[in-house]
Amino acid sequence: MGLLDIFRRQPPSAQVAKERLRIIVAQERGARGGPDYLPLLRRELLEVIRKYVNVDPEAVVINLERDQGQEVLELTVALPEKIQAAKSTAAKAATPKP
Amino acid sequence: MTEIIVVTSGKGGVGKTTTSASIACGLARRGKRVAVIDFDIGLRNLDLIMGCERRVVYDFVNVINGECTLKQALIKDKRLESLFVLAASQTRDKDALSAEGVERVLEELRADGFDYVLCDSPAGIEKGAHLAMYFADRAIVVVNPEVSSVRDSDRILGLLASKTRHAEGGNGRVQEHLLLTRYSPKRVAAGEMMGVDDVKEILGLDVVGVIPESTDVLSASNAGTPVILNETSDVSRAYQDAVARLLGETVPLRFIEEPKRGFFARLFGGG
Repeated sequence: MGLLDIFRRQPPSAQVAKERLRIIVAQERGARGGPDYLPLLRRELLEVIRKYVNVDPEAVVINLERDQGQEVLELTVALPEKIQAAKSTAAKAATPKP
Repeated sequence: MTEIIVVTSGKGGVGKTTTSASIACGLARRGKRVAVIDFDIGLRNLDLIMGCERRVVYDFVNVINGECTLKQALIKDKRLESLFVLAASQTRDKDALSAEGVERVLEELRADGFDYVLCDSPAGIEKGAHLAMYFADRAIVVVNPEVSSVRDSDRILGLLASKTRHAEGGNGRVQEHLLLTRYSPKRVAAGEMMGVDDVKEILGLDVVGVIPESTDVLSASNAGTPVILNETSDVSRAYQDAVARLLGETVPLRFIEEPKRGFFARLFGGG
C-alpha cells in the first residue's frame, strides 16, 4: 500500500463477498435434495398466511426430513410479536355487529 | 486399481482444462499411467491445451459408437510415456454421450491397467457435466476466489453428493477436493479478494491446491504445453504440490502470501 492509498481506502470487498456467499450458500443448501415443488409450495403458503397475518418472507421455514422411507414435512411460521393485537382487530372486524 | 477423478466447477473459464492437463501430466511424471478425457462434447479444447490437436483422428464419441477401438482413439503424449489423451467429439448431437457408453470406456481403461483416469468436465450442469462426474471416485472442484464461481461450485458439490454412482449406490461418496485458481495473494492481503480460508470455510472442503494468478498460464496454452511443464513458473510448482497431495503426501501450501517488499517499495506503492 502506498502513501496515497491511506486517503482513499474503502471497506474491504472480500469480507462483503464472504458474507453474501455464506448466506446464499446456506439458503441453497437448505433447499437442496427436496422435491422441486418445495419453493413454490413455500411461496403459496406464504401468500395464504399473509392473507391473515402480515409475516416476513423469511418467517416461513419449510423442512423436509427423511427418516427410513418416511418423509415429514415440517412447517414453521414465526408470527410477529404484535400478532395478538392484529388478531383481535381482525376478529372484531369480522364479527358482524348486531 | 484405477481411480477416476473428475475435474469440475460449474462455472466456465475458471481453469478446468488447464487443471486437467497439468494434473494429468503431473501424475504421469510421477510414473502413473494416466488417461485424460475431454467430456466437453461439441467444444473440444483439451487437445489444444495438451498440444495434440493435429493428432486427433478418432474421438470419445467414435469409441462409444464402436466406430473405432479405444486404443485407436487414445493419443499418446509426446513428452510423457505413460500419458494418453482422449479427445472430445465435435458433434452437435447433445445425446452423443450415453451413461452405458461412458461406463464401457471407463471399464476398458480400468481393465487396461490405468492408474488414473481424469475426466475434464464441461461447464454447466447439463449431460456432459453429469456424465463426467457420475463414475468418479474423487472430484477436484476448481474455484476462482470470486462470488459466482464459489456459488456454482457449491451447486456442483450438491450434485456430487447425490447424482453420482457412489451416491446412488449408497456405497460411500465421492471424495471432494478444492483447488483454487487465479489466486492473487496481493489482492487477498488488500482485502479485495477472498482468501483460501474464506473459500474453504464457505464450501467446507479440504484444499488440494492453490494456483497463483500468472501470465504463464496463457503462455502455456498458446504453446500447447501444459503449464506444469514450465519448471520456472510458480504455477508449475503449485500444480506439482497439488499432485503430491492427491498422491497422499503432506505438502504445505505455497504462494498464498504476498512476497515481502522493501521499505521504499511499500512507501511509494506500485508493483
